[in-house]
Amino acid sequence: MSAVGTWLTEPFVQPFMQRALLASLMVGVICSVVGCYVVLRGMAFLGDALAHGILPGVAVAYLLNGNLVVGALIAAVAVAVGIGLVSRSGTVREDTAIGIFFAAALSLGVLLISTIRTYATDLTHILFGNVLGVSSFDLWLTGILGVVILLVVVLLYRQLLVTSFDPVFAMTLRLRTEWLRMLLLVLLALTIVVSLQTVGVGLVVAMLVTPGATAYLLVRRLLPMMTTAAAVGAVSAVGGLYISYYANVASGAAMVLVATILFFVAFLFSPDRGVVWRWVRR
Amino acid sequence: MIDWGEPARLDVEGISVGYGPGSPPALEDITFRVPHGSRVAVVGPNGSGKSTMFKALIGLLPLRRGRILIHGLPLGSHHDCVAYVPQREEVDWRFPVTVTDVVLMGRYGRAGWLRRFSAEDRQVAGECISRLGLESVADRPIGELSGGQQQRVFLARALAQKPHVLLMDEPFTGVDIGTQEVILQLLDELATKEVTVLVSTHDLSLAAGRFELVVILNRHLVAYGTPKQVFTPENLAGAFGGQALFLNGTVVVDRCCDRGGNAGCAGPVVGPQRNLKR
Repeated sequence: MSAVGTWLTEPFVQPFMQRALLASLMVGVICSVVGCYVVLRGMAFLGDALAHGILPGVAVAYLLNGNLVVGALIAAVAVAVGIGLVSRSGTVREDTAIGIFFAAALSLGVLLISTIRTYATDLTHILFGNVLGVSSFDLWLTGILGVVILLVVVLLYRQLLVTSFDPVFAMTLRLRTEWLRMLLLVLLALTIVVSLQTVGVGLVVAMLVTPGATAYLLVRRLLPMMTTAAAVGAVSAVGGLYISYYANVASGAAMVLVATILFFVAFLFSPDRGVVWRWVRR
Repeated sequence: MIDWGEPARLDVEGISVGYGPGSPPALEDITFRVPHGSRVAVVGPNGSGKSTMFKALIGLLPLRRGRILIHGLPLGSHHDCVAYVPQREEVDWRFPVTVTDVVLMGRYGRAGWLRRFSAEDRQVAGECISRLGLESVADRPIGELSGGQQQRVFLARALAQKPHVLLMDEPFTGVDIGTQEVILQLLDELATKEVTVLVSTHDLSLAAGRFELVVILNRHLVAYGTPKQVFTPENLAGAFGGQALFLNGTVVVDRCCDRGGNAGCAGPVVGPQRNLKR
């Protein structure tokens, strides 16, 4: 085998690295597709809050020796529905409601985790991910949830498109826009849970927003934006994993930084929205 | 010509509409009947409830009292028969959709949410695009269009819905003269196809000159009828109050302080002289 071939395959001889590769790829794609709506609807802050909101669920699961992903799942859906309901009445602005839930859930999570002896390591894994520790159960759960998320995005493509673009028009078509907003929150929550092991709650917002923002600079329609974002997400995830293996650095952070570099390349050199071309044309 | 004997396309019966619970109604006790295929201008000062009425007519705001009937049936009994052209600032122009994408949305009601667009859907969308002179920008993202073109895209989408009732909120605000003329010609053409059209506007001379019926709103219904019947100094003073100024039978309405900073709110509008002679 050639040197390059060895260089590429060497990391994935070990089964735990194979699981890490699969998990990263899936997370890269799922985050990026759902992230397109996060970018277009301006939900980045909400996504970040949701991510931190799952901390208490993870902590409780940990304390009870349950599965972390299942605990996160329950907490994430609870926080998503909570923010949705509190801001729905209109008495509290949505970003205020998010701020309140975000900080409260983070505090509760830290409080619970601080009762554990191995506090620092565990918190680091939850905050920044530990893709090397993915079990085959986690992999299955990621796969199943990922298929469900992508299926909903595909089947409700027109509804989600029209309600994000022009909610008033959506209502004249008798679409339940409030219901769709809640659904999108739940999809976002599921996506975050899926990403927990790979990039952690602290970095998931980057995987949600950055590939979508990169794709937005490159294409002009929603469907190509989703596929381009998925490609950017997948490349970032795999690229980050290689960097993590060869440079011996944290994998989640490496993935996010690869995505960020891709974003800046698009920001500067995108054929019609890039800063450099605009500057050259002027 | 208006045939009052035909079953009315749109009946508004004593509706009151408000925003939050406990807030005073934005519209109170509005009653009027629009016959088949007529063109109606809705005028009134800023904050008089023009947009509120349109939102009530598409079922966006719940009615506190009264009812809205279309072809004698309550709102919501028909699918897709009321089309609404939003004000330009209600739309997210950075969204990654092309002109064709937006116009095809007008076919969602017929195509359904999952099926592919039929050849007919695409043909109708194409016709609506060319009817509004948008062929050259059909594949462009909507964010790259001029204000007038953007307004026409949403009109094309409404046309693609093949509506019976078409509602347009301030379509003439901030558009070029060419677009204004395209829209007005389209309204005339729709009238021959018995599509009922309601248009809100600030331009009283346009309302008097190009529409068969005029609704003057100021939270209440100030007047409803032909331009000749409704544009009296009493009605205009009743609706516009201090904003209206009468000079030798000409009415000047001050609309400089436009709500929400709409583009194109420059200077006073001079109302129609011929209708104002006592």
